[in-house]
Amino acid sequence: MAEIKPEKFEKVLTKYVDQEGSASLDFYRGHGGYEAAERVLKELKPDEVIETVKESSLRGRGGAGFPCGLKWSFVPKDTDKPKYLVVNADESEPGTFKDRVIMERDPHQLIEGSLISAYALDSHICYIYIRGEYYDGFLAMQKAIDEAYEAGILGENVLGTGFRLDMTMHRGAGAYICGEETGLLSSLEGKRGLPKIKPPFPAVEGLFRCPTVVNNVETLSCVTHIFDRGVDWFKSIGPPEGPGPKLLCVSGHVERPGTYEVPMGINLLDLVNNHAGGIWKGNKLKGIIPGGSSAKILTAEECDVGMDYESLAAKDTMLGSGGVIVMDDTTDMVDALYNILRFYAHESCGQCTPCREGTGWLQKICGRILHGDGRPEDPDMMLDLSKKMCGRTICVLADAAAFPCESIVSKFRAEFDEKIEAGDGHERTVHLGGPLVQPGALSAHNQERLDELQGGH
Amino acid sequence: MSDAPAVKKKFSNKGLEFIEWLLGRYPNKQAALLPVLRLAEEEFGNIDNDSVMLAAETLELSPGYVWGVLTFYTHYRREGDGKYLLQVCSTLPCALRGCRDIQHRLEEKLGIEAGETTEDGLFTLKKVECLGSCDTAPVVQVNEKYHENLDIEELDRLLETLRG
Ligand SMILES: Cc1cc2nc3c(=O)[nH]c(=O)nc-3n(C[C@H](O)[C@H](O)[C@H](O)COP(=O)(O)O)c2cc1C
Ligand code: SF4
Ligand code: FES
Repeated sequence: MAEIKPEKFEKVLTKYVDQEGSASLDFYRGHGGYEAAERVLKELKPDEVIETVKESSLRGRGGAGFPCGLKWSFVPKDTDKPKYLVVNADESEPGTFKDRVIMERDPHQLIEGSLISAYALDSHICYIYIRGEYYDGFLAMQKAIDEAYEAGILGENVLGTGFRLDMTMHRGAGAYICGEETGLLSSLEGKRGLPKIKPPFPAVEGLFRCPTVVNNVETLSCVTHIFDRGVDWFKSIGPPEGPGPKLLCVSGHVERPGTYEVPMGINLLDLVNNHAGGIWKGNKLKGIIPGGSSAKILTAEECDVGMDYESLAAKDTMLGSGGVIVMDDTTDMVDALYNILRFYAHESCGQCTPCREGTGWLQKICGRILHGDGRPEDPDMMLDLSKKMCGRTICVLADAAAFPCESIVSKFRAEFDEKIEAGDGHERTVHLGGPLVQPGALSAHNQERLDELQGGH
Repeated sequence: MSDAPAVKKKFSNKGLEFIEWLLGRYPNKQAALLPVLRLAEEEFGNIDNDSVMLAAETLELSPGYVWGVLTFYTHYRREGDGKYLLQVCSTLPCALRGCRDIQHRLEEKLGIEAGETTEDGLFTLKKVECLGSCDTAPVVQVNEKYHENLDIEELDRLLETLRG
């Protein structure tokens, strides 16, 4: 198999996103859009579609990296229940902003990929669950869906083939946990977004207790291109265990933050130094979180690594959501970790004790170190707590909080010990996470109300 | 329920049409709850107790259930929120690029802290988590619109524009 050299790599997911009108159906069709779907629906049987996706070795782009075709094959065939396809467009992993580009600038490739996938799964109802904050993405997707209905690409008789598919946008309302697939399904059912214990897996019993496949926006967009350009093309990009084009989101201390479409397996330093313009202000690199804030951090020395599932797993971290968060040598790691821990404590849904209490305590302990009240035993306590939070909860949010904590505390231990040693007298520099609520720190407004309640005592 | 207080609010005719369409998209009424809450937010400017009652009545759910769902989510505009909801992203990638300066400037200029509303009812300040726009950090979402790559001057200009 001929390997595609990076210089020969051609973007597909973001090929047109900078062009005017790229979101419209006319533009999309003008560039060969929906030809792949038409061919698939007319020439392939659903099982052949699943086989092709299996053969492509496409792995999920939402975080867990599960083989896409394999997941589809878990959906029972001998059922009279409806089957659902749900697009995960919640995109709320810190450091991730790629699905937004697809939805705002090239929404039809997502509709086409979903159409092919729904056909493979014998599903006639597709929901796109988009985070509430993405208003522009919602509008662009809704317009694209409306266009597709009007053109006979969605609805009763898709592309004249007799296949039926309805697609509905569903807006979330601000909750990270609704990105976790079972939390998402709860939310879609009109409930609080609480994750559920697996098994049963959604493929067997998901939305409205029916077989459901949940896939990420980028995963389903890849499906379009697999059928447009062929399995061999897809497999020629990057490592065989998980090939294809990949959207990586570079944020933090680089000159040119942004979404970059690159071949899977690109070297992380190449990505940061060449694509993203290098560390800003000529500073030195300190560390990189390679796959959204749930991934373990890599120190500067560890960053010479391929950005693919296996290479990152070999470094005990993960590709996750593709959110590459870069930190320069001015970064206070205690402060950075505090910010991360605050996020997870805020977003824990509270069902499981190790997660609810664990995230809360990690934040508190890290906070007291940051604010000069740390105790010598604190770093070890954080490591111990992190370990005990893993693998014990309904969903993996607890693990997602423990990973960055465990890795940052152990790899940058000296910074924690230093702050503890310095105690209360240490210089309080930039505190990314914001001040802890402290007595006497009530705003005038709050103080007024308190006085009112307590008669000024 | 005979002793339930009467619902004072009504959806517009256009809103009712939308709800009818919406109910055709899901196998049960409950699944339409989040979109119906959005509609209430859109039509009435925010979601108050009466909107909760209305959503409950529309979807044949109990007001308590609707309240329970509503309060799980942080992105709905609630009663008492100002005309402009300033949502400052405070998550790590934004923090690495100076969102704290933005937060401080807003607190200073508006004289309120995160979670509070100015006395004239114009601004509510909120600290929120990653808005999915870290490449254009720091970011503030004002109602539906993202304001990206902000610095202090840009922010001051934004406030001036909003004040009108
Ligand atoms: C706490 C948590 C948050 C998640 N957030 C997202 C998200 O925002 N978007 C997403 O696609 N997947 C997210 N996932 C992963 C989903 O649970 C699921 O694995 C994914 O949508 C499957 O699609 P894929 O196989 O195409 O990647 C999250 C998982 C967890 C545990
Ligand atoms: S692990 Fe955390 S977020 Fe997940 S279900 Fe349990 S408490 Fe909720
Ligand atoms: S951290 Fe602010 S938009 Fe992602």
